[in-house]
Amino acid sequence: MLTFLARRLIASFFIILGATFIAYILMSYAGDPLNAAYNIQDPTQRAQAIANLTRVLHLDVPPVARYFIWLKGIGGCFVGHCDFGQNVQLQSVGSNLGSALGNTLKLVTAATVVAIVIGVTVGVITALRQYSGLDYTVSFLTFLFFSLPVFWVGILLKEVIAIKYNDFLQGGAHYNWAIIIVVSLIIGFLAYSLVGGAPRRKLLIGAAAAVVAFALNWYMSATAWLLDPRLGIVVVGILALCIAYGMTALMAGTANRKALYSALTTAVLGIVLYQPLQYFFYNGMNFLKLLGLLVVAVIAAVVIGYLFGGDDRGLSARTAAFTAVLVGLVIFVDRLMRAWQTYSNDPAIGGRPLATTNPSTPNLDGDFWIQTLDTVTHLILPTLTLMLISLAGYSRYSRASMLEVLNQDYIRTARSKGLTERTVIVRHAFRNALIPLATVLALDVGALIGGAVLTETVFGWKAMGSLFQDGLTNYDPNPVMAFFLITALVAVVFNILADLAYAALDPRIRVGSA
Amino acid sequence: MTTTRTGTGADPQQSGPPAPPEETGSLEQKEVAGLSQGQIVRKRFLRHKGAMISLVVLILVILLAATSIGWGPIPGWYHWKYTDLPDPYNPQGEPTMSVPGLFGGHGWAWGIHPFGQDETGLDLFAAVMRGTQQTIVVILILGLLSTVIGVVIGAVAGYYRGWVDAVLMRFTDLIITLPIILITAVLGFVLNAHGIWSVALALGLLSWTTLARLVRGEFLALREREFVDAARVAGASDRRIIFKHILPNTVGIIAVNTTLLMGAGILSEAALSFLGFGIRLPDLSLGSLISAYAQSFSFRPWLFVWPGIFIIIIVLCINFIGDGLRDAFDPKQKRIPKARALRADRATSAKAELSTHETAAPPSPAVGL
Repeated sequence: MLTFLARRLIASFFIILGATFIAYILMSYAGDPLNAAYNIQDPTQRAQAIANLTRVLHLDVPPVARYFIWLKGIGGCFVGHCDFGQNVQLQSVGSNLGSALGNTLKLVTAATVVAIVIGVTVGVITALRQYSGLDYTVSFLTFLFFSLPVFWVGILLKEVIAIKYNDFLQGGAHYNWAIIIVVSLIIGFLAYSLVGGAPRRKLLIGAAAAVVAFALNWYMSATAWLLDPRLGIVVVGILALCIAYGMTALMAGTANRKALYSALTTAVLGIVLYQPLQYFFYNGMNFLKLLGLLVVAVIAAVVIGYLFGGDDRGLSARTAAFTAVLVGLVIFVDRLMRAWQTYSNDPAIGGRPLATTNPSTPNLDGDFWIQTLDTVTHLILPTLTLMLISLAGYSRYSRASMLEVLNQDYIRTARSKGLTERTVIVRHAFRNALIPLATVLALDVGALIGGAVLTETVFGWKAMGSLFQDGLTNYDPNPVMAFFLITALVAVVFNILADLAYAALDPRIRVGSA
Repeated sequence: MTTTRTGTGADPQQSGPPAPPEETGSLEQKEVAGLSQGQIVRKRFLRHKGAMISLVVLILVILLAATSIGWGPIPGWYHWKYTDLPDPYNPQGEPTMSVPGLFGGHGWAWGIHPFGQDETGLDLFAAVMRGTQQTIVVILILGLLSTVIGVVIGAVAGYYRGWVDAVLMRFTDLIITLPIILITAVLGFVLNAHGIWSVALALGLLSWTTLARLVRGEFLALREREFVDAARVAGASDRRIIFKHILPNTVGIIAVNTTLLMGAGILSEAALSFLGFGIRLPDLSLGSLISAYAQSFSFRPWLFVWPGIFIIIIVLCINFIGDGLRDAFDPKQKRIPKARALRADRATSAKAELSTHETAAPPSPAVGL
């Protein structure tokens, strides 16, 4: 294991060394960084600028020597003093890199998390309902998503969805009947496809879902709910109980009374604490406190699950913990919603909350909730754009791997020894189906950071993409190399992580033999 | 690594006697009985509905692009060229094409500028057709280039193994990390050209990595098989073994991967153009059209939408064809039945299994592997 790791690390080190060398030499032959300086009108200023740039970028030595000067600066990272050099505006690249990397990571993390959650869920469901109408629809959609040019979708979302939605909010947030009916029918169809059983049962549940969706939509339209969205304690309570029941059904089976009671107790605890939490949220909220709350909630849930006891305390504790996280999420979203109207009416927002440029609104003052909401509204469209393609990948892979696993002999064995379908699918099939996804995830993250360049350009984010693009347009070597170094490092590190994860998850893989 | 596949590649003498009765009776075996590998693949591909529809649509799109404004020796029937700049017909250059009232138009119409015009009067239909032609040329070059490089590197690495393999694979790892945009920018600057050739070259020189890895994997497995040993004993040269004996067996992987790679290549080309490092005027592609008109979305949305729709159609078709090819070459692939047929089939086969299991021998020992 250690020899494998050492070998991989050494090989990767030399690959990065070689790649940066090639990239640096190519970059230096791509154009002249003095281009902008040549265009200065005043001859003395021009000479001054050219001399400055030549000194800072070491243009007086050949590219190969320049590369080693650059490498020396980067090598400083090992002793805690990185030097990424300066760009043609004579700013330090290292300081620009910090904020750029932060923005890109925000975007990529959001997109990856959402894509994995939705993609894997969709993939598993379509695998379980293979050859159904839902399966064919989803398959077609994933092919469509694969075939979309990212920036085309981004511009379309920005110019159509954002503007239409903001207009819609400004127009009073009333739906027209056609939309209500279409949305309800789609939800009805989804419910019809998702539930199993006899056609009669499927139809009934589908129809019920459509009716409920219709009523909800009508209510939201009539009360202009989207202008001032909130859940309130009643809806939070209902959702919490549903989450508790659903989590138990998924993880332990509702026949496991101990698990069910621990989850329900956790949910009730969340409902009881809902009102007191609002006061806590009101005074000087920050991210650390939020994280602390989450930890406290999980610990409380684990204790509850443990106290209920029974044969399988760990299972009860796990179920309760997942319930706690989700209930906490609901309460968090509810609190965010309460800030929506204030946020939307803020003069800096002007009633058009869905943002299309920049990672955040400049000069927006407000408490933690307003700022969080601001981040969310700015993240929605870029995340959606970036997500579509990886979403297709994840759902495709998880479907294929789930189907593969479901055809294995041990699944038949599990069924034939009388385990419930839930246990077979969740515990035997799903866990094993997730193993190949480790590789997909690793490769995807590397590709996403590169792909984010397009999305960032469309939405005008100052992030890694603009660093790279602006640098390349000005033939400015240092920002381009900084981008290149980071992406190459990420790709290499995630590749190694993928191999290790694979070996850790799948005992049949021996890591040393590769 | 050096596993000789004694289990699966059984000697012909051993598989000579007729298979047990319950296997000859299966649906899949009956379907492929007496057909060559090529025939089986062709049959499966022709049966793949998505791939067949896509193939037809793709051919239609190519025919439309070739015949409308003319392509080389092919005369065009369309009345504008992509270099013409007629006066605006509608005040803003709105499209004259219209659909029946049911879909929000006013009756079928084609008109003088079906896709509309831009602010200079350029006819968008002619431009989109030209872009489609150029895009097709780009992906053909890209496909050819990356197939040749990928197959040669993968084959050599997988066949010779050892240090050749190590060097070639580390080189592949290195190429994977290089960003395409950088290479395109450099090529564009050095050749002082921003036409389709420099972009196709840059894409082709960097897109072969996946194919090389896949081909190498296949070669590593195939070179241990008995037929390769037989060829070697018979005195065949390395070149002959690689090209005559092993390569034909990897054609499935190559076909599938090249197809998907060409689909992805269109998107890469469009992305490059959008970032300003791809094809530039006077040369144009679908990607460069989108990026040129990205800013005019609020005034003339049709300029932005039509090239995008053509890209999506072409890439979608290519991806479906790739999927069809993958299914066709996949030995495990079974006919995809409708859900109802599947249930009926399960019911009958369960009954059949019950009856055969009472009489027939237990299943073959292959399960133990």
